[in-house]
Amino acid sequence: MTVTDASSLASGAESAPLTLAEVDRMRADFPILDETVNGHPLAYLDSGATSQRPLQVLDAERDYLLHRNSAVHRGAHTLAAEATESFEGARARVADFVGARENEIVWTSNATEAINLVAYAFSNASLGRGAPASSRFVLGPGDEIVTTEGEHHANLIPWQELAARTGATLRVIPIDDDGQLQMVAAEEIIGSRTRILAFTHVSNVTGVINPVERLVALAHAVGALVLLDACQSAPHRPLDLGALGVDFAVFSAHKMLGPTGIGVLYGRGELLDAMPPFLTGGSMITTVTLEKAEYLPAPQRFEAGTQRVSQVIAFGAAVDYLSQVGMQRVHDWEAALGQRLVEGLESIPGITVLGPGPGVERAGLASFVVEGVHAHDVGQYLDDLGIAVRVGHHCAQPLHRRFGVTASTRASAYLYNTPAEVDAFLEGVRGVTAFFGVVPTQYPQGSQL
Amino acid sequence: MSSSLESLYQEVIMDHSRTPHNHGLREGGSAESHQLNPTCGDEVTLRIHSQGDTITSLSWEGHGCAISQASASLLSDVIVDLDRAAVQERIDAFRELMRSKGTLEGDEELLGDAVVLGGVSRYIARVKCAMLAWVALEDALAKSPAA
Repeated sequence: MTVTDASSLASGAESAPLTLAEVDRMRADFPILDETVNGHPLAYLDSGATSQRPLQVLDAERDYLLHRNSAVHRGAHTLAAEATESFEGARARVADFVGARENEIVWTSNATEAINLVAYAFSNASLGRGAPASSRFVLGPGDEIVTTEGEHHANLIPWQELAARTGATLRVIPIDDDGQLQMVAAEEIIGSRTRILAFTHVSNVTGVINPVERLVALAHAVGALVLLDACQSAPHRPLDLGALGVDFAVFSAHKMLGPTGIGVLYGRGELLDAMPPFLTGGSMITTVTLEKAEYLPAPQRFEAGTQRVSQVIAFGAAVDYLSQVGMQRVHDWEAALGQRLVEGLESIPGITVLGPGPGVERAGLASFVVEGVHAHDVGQYLDDLGIAVRVGHHCAQPLHRRFGVTASTRASAYLYNTPAEVDAFLEGVRGVTAFFGVVPTQYPQGSQL
Repeated sequence: MSSSLESLYQEVIMDHSRTPHNHGLREGGSAESHQLNPTCGDEVTLRIHSQGDTITSLSWEGHGCAISQASASLLSDVIVDLDRAAVQERIDAFRELMRSKGTLEGDEELLGDAVVLGGVSRYIARVKCAMLAWVALEDALAKSPAA
């Protein structure tokens, strides 16, 4: 491998907190962060949507394409063997990164496809497509699928569709005024009819961290399976899926320094081996006749067709990069940025933060509403200052409806963001109400819209 | 603040977004259209009021960003006592302006004060916001029976 050495990074074994000097050095690995936008230095606060990629990740993909590019899992030539080794090596590193075994990591296009894969496996099992061992994926009238009010659409609509296809009922755990799951309701809803519980680890809108262990215990006590949406946790905090005890988890490479087009379905080994496939075709079979086919065990059973080899290899380099920094240090750095964001926003008249206020544990992001100014206009004003944020419903319309709004503005930080960028953003938000000529009234802290 | 941002949010646009004209759906009307921009949740419901072959006025309601709401308000000032062909001519002129990426001034004879929205055409992500009410009008026109 001729991948650039991440020499600017301290060893992940080091437990000292990440310092500003280290982050400044790290930023040299991300040349895009030096861009000028509308005459201002870019402040990229949209990593919740997609992260930037370091040179090490770009170099890994280029190095593979320059020296080893070939088809994996077939062909007897040297390049094919090297490509397969690199491809499977990346799987091993991603597995290690999230506390899983190699055979428990399935490559998908993205997290959305990973959730759909599980939903369609249930669907196919319900149609009688699957080994006898797949009976625990069979759904019908009387069975219940449980999700929450705080989900990304990707963790809601596949379950709506699965319920419609099978006759099962979809039930939803509500959230409270701070965006936290109502656990009393969760205890009432998760019961003997529950077959699968799907929820997000960290909300992409409120930054709330859900109590995974408690929810897993509730689900497993009634024999239900658990699917965790780890899209906003795997990039930002140490994650041990085996220790958490979830049955399935999904996450996406492009939110964690990796490329687009590659996501992960994690599934406990025995479950994946019992599940009927979703996409079928080449590369996932043992014996094929004109009438029927037999399938490989997981993960290949779920990897039909030509795989995204260079993207997988780049993803491997991305988790290497994160591991070298150390995920606990990443988490602590971002948690401080998250508190700075929410404290700053709450101090500005006319701003209401969706979700928990200052002092409550949250991810390094904050979504907010400016009284009298639509989110799209807020985002436009900030863009003029070179500040990149997300505006809209962030693929969570029911969550926004719960807060009585249709759209919000979200600033989301990553390991490469600095307190100075957060301050520039806050200064920008202070200018919004003046520019749009609205006279805000100060909300009492903690009040709701 | 950059001059391009100030040209995007001109005073006329801000005034229309704060105190929109013809806001609130009036009784009657020959056709109606509801349009939604799913990326940001902007919504406009627009109603055509006509007499014979003449579109006498529009009424509308909605919510969303300053551009989408001001555009609906400005549109409602443009469409007063016009026949169908004249209405379509104005929709076409506005669409051409929005697709111009800042290269056109806009025909004030046809579009009146709505030419101030020309600055939006430089912001590709915002063209949909400005077009929302005009697309609603075009849709309502298609549904409206010709006299």
